[in-house]
Order: sequence, then C-alpha cells, then structure tokens
Amino acid sequence: MSAVFDVLNLKKSFSGLTVTNDVSLSMAPGDRVALIGPNGAGKTTFVNLVTGNLRPDSGEVCLNGETVTKIDAIGRVRRGLVRSFQVTRLFQDMTPAEHVALAILQRGGRAGKMFGNFLSMPNVMDEVSALLAKLGLADLMHRRVSEIAYGQQRLLEIAMALALKPKVLLLDEPAAGVPQSDTGRIEQALADLPADLAVLMIEHDMDLVFRFAKRVIVLAAGTIIFDGSPADVTKDAAVREAYLGSYANANHAA
Amino acid sequence: MTLIMNNETVIAKTRQSRTIGRDLTGIGAILAVAVVGYFLFPDNLALLTRIIAIALLVLSLDLVTGYCGVATLGHAALFGSGAYAAGIAAAHYGITSPLLMTLAGILGGAIAGLICGVIILRAHGLPQLVLSISLIYLFHEFANKASSWTGGSDGLSGISPDPLFGTYEFDLWGQTAYIFGVFLLLSVFVLLRVLVRSPFGMLCRGIKEDPLRIMAMGASPKITLIKMYVISGAVAGVGGALNAISTQVVGLDSLSFTQSAEALVMLVLGGTGSLFGALMGTLVFMLFEDYVSAANPFHWLTMVGVLLIAVVLFAPKGLYGTAAGFIARRLEKRT
Repeated sequence: MSAVFDVLNLKKSFSGLTVTNDVSLSMAPGDRVALIGPNGAGKTTFVNLVTGNLRPDSGEVCLNGETVTKIDAIGRVRRGLVRSFQVTRLFQDMTPAEHVALAILQRGGRAGKMFGNFLSMPNVMDEVSALLAKLGLADLMHRRVSEIAYGQQRLLEIAMALALKPKVLLLDEPAAGVPQSDTGRIEQALADLPADLAVLMIEHDMDLVFRFAKRVIVLAAGTIIFDGSPADVTKDAAVREAYLGSYANANHAA
Repeated sequence: MTLIMNNETVIAKTRQSRTIGRDLTGIGAILAVAVVGYFLFPDNLALLTRIIAIALLVLSLDLVTGYCGVATLGHAALFGSGAYAAGIAAAHYGITSPLLMTLAGILGGAIAGLICGVIILRAHGLPQLVLSISLIYLFHEFANKASSWTGGSDGLSGISPDPLFGTYEFDLWGQTAYIFGVFLLLSVFVLLRVLVRSPFGMLCRGIKEDPLRIMAMGASPKITLIKMYVISGAVAGVGGALNAISTQVVGLDSLSFTQSAEALVMLVLGGTGSLFGALMGTLVFMLFEDYVSAANPFHWLTMVGVLLIAVVLFAPKGLYGTAAGFIARRLEKRT
C-alpha cells in the first residue's frame, strides 16, 4: 500500500546539540506504530518537527505524497495530520459536546460561522452524539470539562482528534496520568480507531505498546536504532544497550 | 443508544430554550431599565444616552478582552474613530441622516478595529498592553494634528443630524437621541448574543483559553481574533456615532487613554466575558460616578477608587459574574 506519511532524513539541532539526527520513516494507512525511547531521546522534538511546530534544519515531511515541510502546523492539520497532547489541553468551561462540535465544524470549514448554534444543527449534533457515545462519554456531553474525570478527558482528546477525520494520528502518551481503573477504556478506544487511519503512538507503557502496536520504532539520542516488530524489539542488542545504559546512568547518579 | 440520543436531544433542546429565555430576559431587562431611567431622570436624558454610548464601547471591549483574552488599554481608539467618522461625514460631507451617520461610525470603528487588531495581535501579554497604549496615543495625536478635519483640540462641531425618519428631531431634551440609543443598544445586544454562541463565538472562547489547542484543530487564532477586532470596532463605532449624534460635537477625549482605561474598569466592575456584565458595569459605574461627583465634588474619585477595590477584592468575577454565580449555586442546592 502506498505511504500516507513519510519522513525523510529529518535533522534538527539546538545550539550545536543534534536532537533529531537523520530520522526517516514511512507509514501506510492502517499502520499501528509505537515510537518509544528513553527520556531525552528526542521524541517530543520529533513530534514537533512533524506537526510543524518546529522547523527542521534539513529533511522533508510528506503527507499523502505532498511535501508539507514548508507548510505551517495549521495547514498540516487541514491536510489530515492530527495530534493529541501528552497532558490534556481542553477548554475547561466548555462541554464535551462543544469540543467535538467545534472540531466537526472546523473540519467542514464552518467554525467561523457567526450565527446559528451547533445544538440546532442536526447533522453536527448526530455526529457529536455518535462519536461521544462510541467513547462512552454520551452521559457527560453537556457537563463542563472541569467537572469530568481525567480518564474521560483523555477520551475526549481522542474524540476531538477523530472528529477532525485525520489520515495520520499522532498520539502522545494517550494513557499518561490515567488511573489504572480507566486505562481499559482508553485501550478499547485505541483498538476501535478507524482501520484505515495511520496511527503513530508515543508511549512509555510497554504493556500498552505491545498490545497496540504492530511495529515499534526506537529512538535514542535523536536516531532511530530499531524499526521492526514488537516481538523483536526486546531481543535487539542496541535497544537493550540504550535502555540499560540509561538505567545504569540513573542508578549511578542516584 | 437510541435512549441516550433521545435524552441528549431533550437536554440540547432544554439548553436552547434556556438560552432563548436568557435572551428575552436580557431584552426585557434593557427595556425595563430604559423605561425606568426615562421616568427617573426625565431632565437628564443626555446622561442616559451617554451611558448607552459608553455601554456600546464596553460591550465592544468585552468582545476582545472578555471573550478572546486580548489585553488592551486603547479600546477608545475604536470608539473615537466611530465618533469622528460619523461627525466628519456630517460636518464635511453633509451626510446628516442619523442612520447613515451611524453607518459611517460603524465603518470608521471597523477600520480602526482592523488597524488596531493587526498591530495589537502581533504581541501577547504586557507587550500587547503597551502596543495598545501606544496606539491610543497615536490615534489621539493624529486626531489632534488633523485639525482641519477633526477640529483638533477645539473639537469637531457643526454636526446637525436630520430628524430621525424625517420626523423626530434631535432636540435639546434629548428624547429622540435617547430612544434612538436604546434602539441601537437593543439591536447590538441581540446581534452579539447570536454571535457569542455561534461557532465563531465558541472558537473565540477556545482561543482565550488555549490558542495552541485551537491551532491543533486546524483553525487560525490570529485570523479569528482579527475578525473579532473588526466586529468589536463596528460595535464601538455604533457607540461613537451615537455620541456624535446626541452631543453634536466630537472631542479628543473620545479617543483618549483615560476613556480606554475607564471602559476597562467598567468591564471588570461588571464582569468580563458576559454581555450582561459589560452592561451592568457601565450602568453602575457611570451612575455612581455621576451621583458621587455631584454629592461630593472633592472626594468623589476616592470613592470611585474604594468601590473598585471593594469589587475586585470581594467580587473578583465582577458584579454580574458574582451575582450569577450566587444564583446558580442557590438553584443547584434547591434541585
């Protein structure tokens, strides 16, 4: 299948320190990829380079065959590259219904409409209800976000991303900070993601990585040191070195 | 699932009817206050008309500060531009129809809004505030220097609006101006209620809280905010035009830093992010100022200061915000 998302030789340095060093990867529709790596491996920088929040020193990012390296973050979202955040970034005074409606309206280019209310737009409300029901948030759709639990807020982040109908979805630690009792719901939501969506998940929780990903990419010191199946990742010498090395350093420092 | 959806539809409908109820209450409250004002101060309708003009300025400020989180101390630039546009249209071009003068005010305010928006929105936080202050001084100085158009420090005179609809003259008692003002305020209020709960209004609330999140949804905070600034300019322009029509003179004070700062104080007093708050803040501040300055001409500013400190300390959400919160808590307890 042809690639929907390509990263070619991406490089980025901050004051002489190379944070992303010649990173390339390619993803096809339906891919489930986990990006892992020890702290300081350059995962966040990589995500920011891909989403357009940072400009690379060299290299290309392509979406659906189109080079988007010079296109800003907003333009990339409109072309189907959507991300979720490691720490939820929701509007505390708004309701889940408003969040999802805004995303749906934005997708249709109608978020700038100056009259009417989404509550009286049947097609928008139907989609809002269906999406929130799918994620188990139907009962809370008209509550304020500040009144709902953190696990549910994380689900709402996923709902918002899905409402934009992305082609490529970057999930930044979707289960971070969620109590153990709620992780099942999030894993279910991840399992239910549309089959044709290419998903790149950045995650520390290896159990989740093994359950979700069909392919694992390991980033260490800004370079990809492993790209292969979850079964092989633990056997790889370079990966063990990268993780054990950081463990050893941590123990030494302690 | 169907049950849940039906339930949600009911909740959505209830919410909608509640909002319409609030709209009608708002219109009713404005009309009631207008009628009470008319009978309480029959000899001081000029003050009431001035309150309406400033209320339009404060509503306009609320759009960018309360709903979008833009810090500005130069919002009178939009109000003054509207006032000068209406005044210049009448004094220099013979456009003396009050409706056309209002239209000129709307245009003048919207253009000033566009200019200010493009400049102010380049910065955030304190630099934004400094830019807004610089702009109001530049606008003020420009109006002062362009005296052949604006009358400079003498003020722009020679504005004599035609009778409204060819019948109702803008007389010395200010009845026509007052009723015209109430009509303008009601029209603007209804339009703004529609605007703030539209998808655009929702987008603005989102930008106020987290512009980066809005960008991650593919929307541009900057373009949205510039649009809001233009709308805000149009609203302030209506207020400016009303002031020009009712007083038949436009002074440099309408473009002043003091006027901008006072508008912000009124907004904070009433409560930001709510149209009702903006209206209540203006009414309370201006009536209080009028009453206290007459009662004690030496210490009235001190009393205004004490009122503000009291509100900021004990009702940080403003008079309306605190009252609405109190009532909501009471209702919640009862259910």
